Amino acid sequence: MISINGLHKQFGNLEVLKGIDLQINKGQVITVIGPSGSGKTTLLRCMNILEVPTSGSITIDGQTTDFSNTVHKKEIDLFRRKSAMVFQHYNLFPHMTVLQNVMEGPMIVKKISKVEARKKAEQLLNKVGLGDKFDFYPHQLSGGQQQRVGIARALALEPKVMLFDEPTSALDPELVGEVLQVMKDLAGEGITMVVVTHEMRFAKDVADEIIFMDQGKIIERSKPIDMFTHPKEERTKQFLNLLQ
Amino acid sequence: MFWNNFSYDPDKMQRYLDIAQSSLLPLLEGAVVYTLPLTLITFVLGLTLAILTALARISTIKPLQWIARFYVSAIRGTPLLVQLFILFYGLGSVGIVIDPFPAAVIGFSLNVGAYASEVIRAAILSIPKGQWEAAQMIGMSYSQTLRRVILPQATRVSIPPLSNTFIGLVKDTSLASAILVTEMFRRAQEIAAFNYEVLLLYTEVAILYWIICFLLSLVQGRLERRFDRYVSR
Ligand SMILES: Nc1ncnc2c1ncn2[C@@H]1O[C@H](COP(=O)(O)OP(=O)(O)OP(=O)(O)O)[C@@H](O)[C@H]1O
Ligand SMILES: [Mg+2]
Repeated sequence: MISINGLHKQFGNLEVLKGIDLQINKGQVITVIGPSGSGKTTLLRCMNILEVPTSGSITIDGQTTDFSNTVHKKEIDLFRRKSAMVFQHYNLFPHMTVLQNVMEGPMIVKKISKVEARKKAEQLLNKVGLGDKFDFYPHQLSGGQQQRVGIARALALEPKVMLFDEPTSALDPELVGEVLQVMKDLAGEGITMVVVTHEMRFAKDVADEIIFMDQGKIIERSKPIDMFTHPKEERTKQFLNLLQ
Repeated sequence: MFWNNFSYDPDKMQRYLDIAQSSLLPLLEGAVVYTLPLTLITFVLGLTLAILTALARISTIKPLQWIARFYVSAIRGTPLLVQLFILFYGLGSVGIVIDPFPAAVIGFSLNVGAYASEVIRAAILSIPKGQWEAAQMIGMSYSQTLRRVILPQATRVSIPPLSNTFIGLVKDTSLASAILVTEMFRRAQEIAAFNYEVLLLYTEVAILYWIICFLLSLVQGRLERRFDRYVSR
């Protein structure tokens, strides 16, 4: 359902993604690991076109966007709707209540009626365990709760794929579990997910496959058991050893 | 001057009270008919101009940036009084006659626009990049992002400095007296020219300005508290 072909991203002279090829099936949960600066965040951001790739193409749910030519704004808008992102630092809108944060996308962008958007937002917030926090402002919530709002906000867009960029790494350790649990539930529902994370627990328990990235390339892709017990590549071994 | 005469003179005191009292109404009239409308109209126009200028400054379109920079530089680099003179007497001398009040509105609006644009620009730049990205991610356009995400947050940041601009503007409108707008200060000048009680009249008008500014600072406090709802303290 997702197909990334020959994706390159350059910041000035710095080549951050050096030809990424990646296929992901519907319902798969893919975890991306790799050392700092290897381009994991950039890859996710390219999938949501928060960063415009330098060349290569991405297909999500039948829509192919080729970045080798300049891409029209309209095309970007349509393509962006295929995915939704959960940010490391939540990036909630601080001047809106929890409910408004989740309603904003469907209401403003998809022009869904307020009543309907509200109903859906309430549903999603219940689902992530925040049924009693509708009218709170983000600053009144814990980090874990804020991130769950972030997840609900992304789900409200009804994306074909959910992108998570280190969703738990800004959290106090005791708050990590509640966010991972929500993600685990989503995975159980068959939502396609790409998760950049340092949480090896999550990678082991939830991911269908793990991708190891280094220096702008995908080095290895395996099932969690294989990745952790007998990684194929030397660099993967080194990286995993460092983690232990 | 009334303190030159140390002996207490009930008649004189009565005269001061009478003047203070009889001048109060014309002064207040000057405030209500000119000073306050001039301030309010100017602030609305100036703020609009300021937002447009700030947006031009942060836009990626170079010519827009240049125009905005030039405008801000020209206004900030020249005295307000000189600008008013150019607008009223200068243009008038070459046949472009603008009435005092509209000339004042134009002059002050241009001024507020330039100064406030810097405040607004700084406020917009103070909003974290993540806010732009989250808005983009949920599919908002540039203008939707500005209207719904960035400007509401920038407003909160700008209230204290914009209140300063606003209060400064109330006082600056007294300069309009120099281009014949019969606002509060010009009324005071006119009355003083008539009865020679210069100190009394100018002190009285100073106190009136002070009261207006004090009331405005109360409004500022309320606004700040209202917008602080969503930030932690
Ligand atoms: N906007 C940008 N401009 C210039 N360089 C950038 C930009 N964004 C990322 N980079 C660079 O690209 C490289 C990859 O960054 P990226 O954030 O994708 O790495 P990462 O794998 O997510 O790392 P981490 O684990 O630390 O989050 C880094 O060297 C980074 O400095
Ligand atoms: Mg990263």
